[in-house]
Amino acid sequence: MKAARYFERRLVHSVALLVTISALTFTISQLAPGSFLDEIKLNPQISAQTLAGLRAQYGLDQPVPVRYFRWLKSVATGDFGYSLAYNMPVKKLIWERLGNTLLLGATAMVLAWVVALPCGIWSAYKARRWIDRILVASSTLLLGTPELALALLFILVAAHFGNVGAGFEKSRSGGASVLRGVRIPAVVLALAAFPILFRHIRSAMGEAWHSPFLQAARGHGIGNMRLLLRHALPAAASPLISLFGLSLAGLVSASFLVEVITGWPGIGPLFLEAIYSRDFHVVMAVVMLFSLFLIIANLIADLLLYAADPRVRAEC
Amino acid sequence: MLRQRKVATALAIFAATNLCLLLAGFLAPYPAAEQHREFAYAPPIRIHFVDASGRFHLRPFVYSLVAVDGDGFSYREDPDIQYPIHFFVRRSAERHAFEVTEPANIFLFGTDGFGRDIFSRVLYGGRISMAAALLATLLSLLIGTVFGATAGHFGGIADTSIMRVAELVLALPCIYLLLALRAALPLHLGTTQTFLLISAVIGVMGWARPARLIRGVVLSAKERGFVMSARGFGASEWYLLRRHVLPQALGIILTQAVILVPQFITAEATLSFLGLGMNEPVPSWGNMLSAFQHFQVMSSYWWMVAPIIALVLVSGSYFALADVFDTERIRAGKSYA
Repeated sequence: MKAARYFERRLVHSVALLVTISALTFTISQLAPGSFLDEIKLNPQISAQTLAGLRAQYGLDQPVPVRYFRWLKSVATGDFGYSLAYNMPVKKLIWERLGNTLLLGATAMVLAWVVALPCGIWSAYKARRWIDRILVASSTLLLGTPELALALLFILVAAHFGNVGAGFEKSRSGGASVLRGVRIPAVVLALAAFPILFRHIRSAMGEAWHSPFLQAARGHGIGNMRLLLRHALPAAASPLISLFGLSLAGLVSASFLVEVITGWPGIGPLFLEAIYSRDFHVVMAVVMLFSLFLIIANLIADLLLYAADPRVRAEC
Repeated sequence: MLRQRKVATALAIFAATNLCLLLAGFLAPYPAAEQHREFAYAPPIRIHFVDASGRFHLRPFVYSLVAVDGDGFSYREDPDIQYPIHFFVRRSAERHAFEVTEPANIFLFGTDGFGRDIFSRVLYGGRISMAAALLATLLSLLIGTVFGATAGHFGGIADTSIMRVAELVLALPCIYLLLALRAALPLHLGTTQTFLLISAVIGVMGWARPARLIRGVVLSAKERGFVMSARGFGASEWYLLRRHVLPQALGIILTQAVILVPQFITAEATLSFLGLGMNEPVPSWGNMLSAFQHFQVMSSYWWMVAPIIALVLVSGSYFALADVFDTERIRAGKSYA
């Protein structure tokens, strides 16, 4: 019963957050000087009547609150408004690219966790030994390297070894080609996500490793491997679960740059193009979509935390 | 001992990089926008100590470049005349760290497609990127301090509403919002306006985390004995905040500044890289890097990575410094975060 109440409260909070974000993005887009139709107006072959017709057709002659609610309705039905530059509903435009972005993000996420988890555990186990020192130093170096620099350097190295086709290749014919295409952006993204994951895992595991209950378990003569994986890891899990939700936000931001730089046909390049051509429904849709994504991810992380950690349950 | 050495190293790199940017006008041999069209995409110059006949010179020298006919941008050295490098030269009321006389050129990091000296541009561009980042940091911390202190000190509805907004800002995908916000503002402006606008946009995005941290400090600080007793003596809220509560947040404000500056340098570089920030011919690390969007440049003219190296160096030195600050604070038992 308590769980349902907790979930309900979180859900209400999330919905309120989304409504605020929608109002905010809409306001921002309204403040913008110039619109897509202004750019069209420069064309002498398009008459004032046509322009007025277009304005009426897209509902741009309505007052702002009406437009806001119409837009909200189209978001609710999943259309996300209408792209003037592409002359089609934003949904169609975004759908395929969203798949690409999610493919890239998921690959990178899995890659980062698969590498960071054993590294973090091993580093905490061998704290202050040379392996730990090397891992900590390299994670610090990576943390200090901005994603922009990381992506450019990586592309540069790939170009040097004649591997660039992979990153730039936009065709998606068959699984092997997708796999080849995703290789470079995914590795860059995983490298960008690695240091924060590694640091948190290391510190959470380190804390668990030196806690009294583990000393007791060690006193019972339980082997190190079992101690690490069966005793320390579950105790360290709860900060890692909330880290999972938080690391997604970083991933979404980093993925934009990586996509733009490596030419991955995801949401990133579309968003940038929409900004250049002042196609604001696309801009708003992307911001809304990613906000929704992050909020849901954080909600899931909170629920997982609730399920996994009795201390959280006691607090609510 | 090891810790002290680490602190010293971090501080030394930090000071050195910042000093270089500060002294850009002195260190850079050329103005940022000066073009040498005949030397487009020239590689970094070689500095010689030993001449063709094998004699050693104490004063280093360079050879002038000659374009090789035929294949695009390739150059060879003309070994007939040596041009010695002069240090601390005074030229038109300005001192320069080093230069060579015409027709030789000293392109330490090579040149870009317009034949502009990359070394000079990295320095001048870094100064702009750094100034924008510092301005944005100042703005962020100002907003963060005002909001955080208000929320923590007065509590109630102010606290709830401010913290909700902060949560909102933290929940958003920041780069998309940054770009959307930038898109909502005029794209083509004068240099000064663009500079101020970018700083403002970046600064407005970053206040949430400092505000949260400062709120935490203020919350615990206002319950301290001496603050309570000052209140008992009839001190006003404003006096308490200014005199007793906020000074306790100084450490965290400083740490946040060191954490924010490299993030904001990167943010500025990103905006300029995408063509939404500083425009040509004004150099910034971001717009220098946008040359990399051409595959040809990336594969052939490797010396154009200089801004990336600078970016990593500066951002890394700030991160190292933040690390040092953090450890010191935890060591002093003042961990709030």
